[in-house]
Amino acid sequence: MRPGDELDVLKVTPDKYLTVRYAGASGDFNPIHIDEDFARQVGLPGRILHGLYSMAQVARAQTDAAGGPHALRRLSVQFRGMGLPEHELTVTGTVREVADGVALVETTAEQAGKAIIRNAEAELLVD
Amino acid sequence: MSVNSGCIGKTYPATSYAVGREKVREYALAVGEVNPLYLDPEAARAAGYDDVVAPPMFAVVYSSQAVMPALFDPEVGIDFARMVHGGQEFRWGPLVVAGDEVSTAVTVKDVAERAGKGFFVFESVSRNQRDETVCVGTWTNIVRGG
Repeated sequence: MRPGDELDVLKVTPDKYLTVRYAGASGDFNPIHIDEDFARQVGLPGRILHGLYSMAQVARAQTDAAGGPHALRRLSVQFRGMGLPEHELTVTGTVREVADGVALVETTAEQAGKAIIRNAEAELLVD
Repeated sequence: MSVNSGCIGKTYPATSYAVGREKVREYALAVGEVNPLYLDPEAARAAGYDDVVAPPMFAVVYSSQAVMPALFDPEVGIDFARMVHGGQEFRWGPLVVAGDEVSTAVTVKDVAERAGKGFFVFESVSRNQRDETVCVGTWTNIVRGG
């Protein structure tokens, strides 16, 4: 990895029931993620993705690029807006600097051109 | 809104989490991971691990239950109807594998008011059975004023 390199773009379209599976897998059963009626009652367009699911997609893009989970030393994100099931989610990233065997990657996740994770930074071990 | 900065530094009892192979697989499949390290014990052993490896973001699974008592602590005083998860950071140490026992302790790192919003920052420190720090999480929750 060199400064300016771009990570392979990760694209995933969470299916209609993804939030239910992620709720079970993660233990986060907040009804805004799994109950369409509840989500609408609190003013959302419908059930929304768990922010930490979207962060997991950002993490996956990093570990795929860096050759495995051992390489991901740090990931920090800011959540913005809301992610929706059944819409394609795209993770992109650019290597900002490489020093002492660690690459600093600036990365984002977006849906339909709107950032749902921004100002994200990853530190990856590089060979 | 007013916030109680007096709870900065407050700690909560550590929770313990036993990492199971099928839970790691369930989580990995839910987030779309296909790396055999997460799914296939033989592949994981061939790579030098004792059992399937937990994806880094599995930290959510073993540390969330430790964060809950802080989130719901009346002394911290978060208004959930107005709360959003604003930011998250994880720093990882050695990888967690199925069979590990991870204990997580949580501290209130910061409570502050800025521009009419409340910022509540919690830190989770997770250690495995060898007392190695496997993950430090920084959980930032923002509460809108009103």
